[in-house]
Amino acid sequence: MPGSKLDLLQGTLDVMVLRTLATMGAMHGYGIARRIEQVSGDEILLNQGTIYASLVRLQHRGWIAAAWGTSENNRKAKYYTITASGKKQLAADAAYWNRLTKVMGRMLGGEA
Amino acid sequence: MIKRLLSFFRKQQLDADLDAEMSAHLENAIADNLRCGMSEEEARRLALVRFGGITQAKEQQRAARGFPWLDVLQQDLHFAFRTLVHDRGFTAIAVIILGLGIGANVAVFSVVNTLLLRPLPLGDPQQLVRILTKNPRGGESSMTFSTDATQELQRQNHSFESVSGYFAFSGPDNLKLTGKGQPIPVTGLLVDKDFFSTLGVAPLLGRGFLPEEAVDSKRPAALLSYAFWKRQYSGDRNIVGQTIDANSTPVTVIGVLPPEFDFGSIFSPGYKVDMYWPFVYRDFHDDGNSLALVARLKPGVTIGQAQAEADQLFPTLQFNEKHPEYGHGYTANVLGLKDYVTGKLRRSLLVLWCAVGLILLIVCVNLSNLLLARGAARTKEFAMRTALGATRGRLVGQLLTESLMLSFAGALLGLGIAFCVTLYLSHQGSIALPLLSSIRIDAAALAWTLLVAFAAAIMFGMIPALRISRGNLQESLKDSGHGTSDGKRQQALRSVLIVSEIALACVLLVSAGLLLRSFVRILDVDLGFEPSRAASISVDYDDGGDAKKRSVFWQQVVSAAEAIPGVETAGTTDNLPMSRNRSWGISVRGRDFRPGELEDTFVYMISPGYLNAIGMHLVKGRDIQWDDTDPKVGVVIVNETVANRLWPGQDPIGKMAVAGGSDVRVIGVVADVRESSVEGRPGWQMYLSGGAPQFGPEGTQLVVRTKLLPASLASTVMSTLRQINPGQPAYEFRPIQSLVDHAVSPRRFFVLLVGTFAGLGLILASLGIYGVISYSVTQRTQEIGIRMALGATRGRVQLGVIARTLLLALAGILTGAIASLAIAHLIASLLFGTAANDPMTFAGTMSLLLLVALLAGYIPARRASRINPMIALRNN
Repeated sequence: MPGSKLDLLQGTLDVMVLRTLATMGAMHGYGIARRIEQVSGDEILLNQGTIYASLVRLQHRGWIAAAWGTSENNRKAKYYTITASGKKQLAADAAYWNRLTKVMGRMLGGEA
Repeated sequence: MIKRLLSFFRKQQLDADLDAEMSAHLENAIADNLRCGMSEEEARRLALVRFGGITQAKEQQRAARGFPWLDVLQQDLHFAFRTLVHDRGFTAIAVIILGLGIGANVAVFSVVNTLLLRPLPLGDPQQLVRILTKNPRGGESSMTFSTDATQELQRQNHSFESVSGYFAFSGPDNLKLTGKGQPIPVTGLLVDKDFFSTLGVAPLLGRGFLPEEAVDSKRPAALLSYAFWKRQYSGDRNIVGQTIDANSTPVTVIGVLPPEFDFGSIFSPGYKVDMYWPFVYRDFHDDGNSLALVARLKPGVTIGQAQAEADQLFPTLQFNEKHPEYGHGYTANVLGLKDYVTGKLRRSLLVLWCAVGLILLIVCVNLSNLLLARGAARTKEFAMRTALGATRGRLVGQLLTESLMLSFAGALLGLGIAFCVTLYLSHQGSIALPLLSSIRIDAAALAWTLLVAFAAAIMFGMIPALRISRGNLQESLKDSGHGTSDGKRQQALRSVLIVSEIALACVLLVSAGLLLRSFVRILDVDLGFEPSRAASISVDYDDGGDAKKRSVFWQQVVSAAEAIPGVETAGTTDNLPMSRNRSWGISVRGRDFRPGELEDTFVYMISPGYLNAIGMHLVKGRDIQWDDTDPKVGVVIVNETVANRLWPGQDPIGKMAVAGGSDVRVIGVVADVRESSVEGRPGWQMYLSGGAPQFGPEGTQLVVRTKLLPASLASTVMSTLRQINPGQPAYEFRPIQSLVDHAVSPRRFFVLLVGTFAGLGLILASLGIYGVISYSVTQRTQEIGIRMALGATRGRVQLGVIARTLLLALAGILTGAIASLAIAHLIASLLFGTAANDPMTFAGTMSLLLLVALLAGYIPARRASRINPMIALRNN
């Protein structure tokens, strides 16, 4: 689909953030956004700003933690890390998404 | 959840954090882009594009971290506050109207709460009962019991934990405190030894009565009321155990009662007791009925069960065990104490409550109208906000927030008003309403205020909010100006509101009118005596029980009083009408009477001249004379009721009768006196010679009739009495009118309140009419201008506006009158000598409303007729 990007489905951004943090360890908001764009091969339409709503939501649920630190280029930045309960949640979400994509694949593939 | 709530209060810090985080984000992005070889400008532009809308991102983050509605609420509050402050005139009027409405509601709630809802300030009050007799006739005596009957009841019953009581025939100022300086009159009450423990009242200081203190009067002990202790002894704790001189007898103070306990406010409104003494049964053994009974039910026993037992037990109780020939047979009416205290007031209070409810409704309707008018002026503002993306819910929320803000400001003002009113009421000792002194704004009243404020805000805010937010965006944004007015539906809605407002005011006014008319009727009742220009003072002397000395003393007092300039006549009695009441029996010797044919008879022991002094009418025969002192055959003056019942169709003068066990000859007949209340039917009354040795008067009241104002004589009377009687305490010289005022004070209280509310309703309704008519004139300025330009005369224009006012007023008045007819029978039992559909009251109320409506419509009509067509037309 050249030219058009995927809209983010409700709730998918949260899972992506969790996945990113689980893989990469502590990261700041920009880093997370960049990473998601890179991994998705720039196929997702992500306004980087929306990541901050997701981050605060995940924090409230206790799935990630935040602390101020200094970035590689010596700037003050807020670093996020995934918590134990966040990892559990990620596992559950991943299982759910895997099942859903398989089913969707079967449904749509069968139709074609 | 808590994190989200907290985030609301840490808003600034969180916002700063977010700002820092986002700018770090952008800097990183720009740095990356620069590294890719972009120009600085391009790097920044791309970073911003990738980030998306900064403001949206911030809003999203805020919504996720807190409660969005809390932010919205804060914004609404902030905006509402600014709007209201901006529109000061409107806000002030709205808050004042609401304050009056809510204040009236909270004040009345406090009264209702104290009298009806709150339990009595006694221990476990729901277990307490008052024992009365069935079908009482003849005042207190027929609702009291002899000492023997009481003791028998205490032994025999199974329903009560304890049966106690107090002496029912004490008057005010019946003791004098001697010692330092002038004797001070104080009021003492004899109570059974376990009276306070029965009521569940523990002394604040010291102890209660011991059983041995009630066996005889050799070592008198007294408990002080809290108020008296504070007033007389400045709250000195050391008074307990000390001896004071009362009636020249040393009395030991054994304790002080707590401030919450006020005998008068529960058992005898308006009566202030200073000290309590033990009731010694032996002293009253031969005195007949003397105890008013209060009892505490055993746990688990209902009033019904106690009544059932009493119905078995009371008929067997003997009047006097030493004299079985006096007979036996009482009846009992076991009444919950709370019912006894406030039961009779329930209906009046509910009416009062409904009246303030109506006031609140009128206030709400009025405000709805004001808000609608104001909303019409703000149509553009709301259209603009809708155009900018505000949802209808958001607009309704905004408008309701404004309503709530107004309502709570009104509630604050109302609380202030209610506080003043309750403070005032709680110090009105002269109003004969129970528990009045304990009226205050308490937690329940505060909760009620909140509820009322909230309900009012919804009531008056909802319709305008829904109406205004529905506005047509296109129409409103186009600069249509006025002249085309804002649609018939809006006008119709406002007319309906006005009509209902007038109808509500009409109901209120009719009720108040009926009550007022009843009150006037009551003031017109022929009392049988002339209270104006008469006054009385209690005289204290010691005759050692010698009737001759007493007679001589009375003669001295009366002739000295009559010698005072300004005094027309004087006389003495031991008992005044509408105060303490005591009754004996009167019958005819040798004649048999059916049970119930004879009634307890109010008895007064008087001197010659008393009948004149108090202004009674001697219908037949003669007054008592100083030499009517024959110990064998006394004299009696009876009232017309007694004369008609004992000697129907005959001339009672010269007939022989038995009064209180002694032979008496009837020498006169007087017109009936309303001896207990203005409203009740007069009972049997008789007047005996106070100088006769076979009758012992209890105390002496000197009554004088003057040409001057009674108050101006007070000091002369006192100094005259002191010359004859050096030990005379400083008793109050009281106008007889005050006795009547006291008796009608509860009714005066209700009439005053309902009348005030009705007046308030009338003012609000007229304001409403004025507002609507005036607004419609403003809206139609152009139209009127055109009509006048086309030749309509001033009179024609004026007439048009007034006709519209009349139409609204008539619709409201008719609806209100019909509603009043339906409702009036509910207050029928509160009326006196006035029918619930009294045509005079209805006609008067309706014309008053019409008149006020016309006046309210005339002012805008006048303005309409002064419109200059040129200016009105050019003005667009």
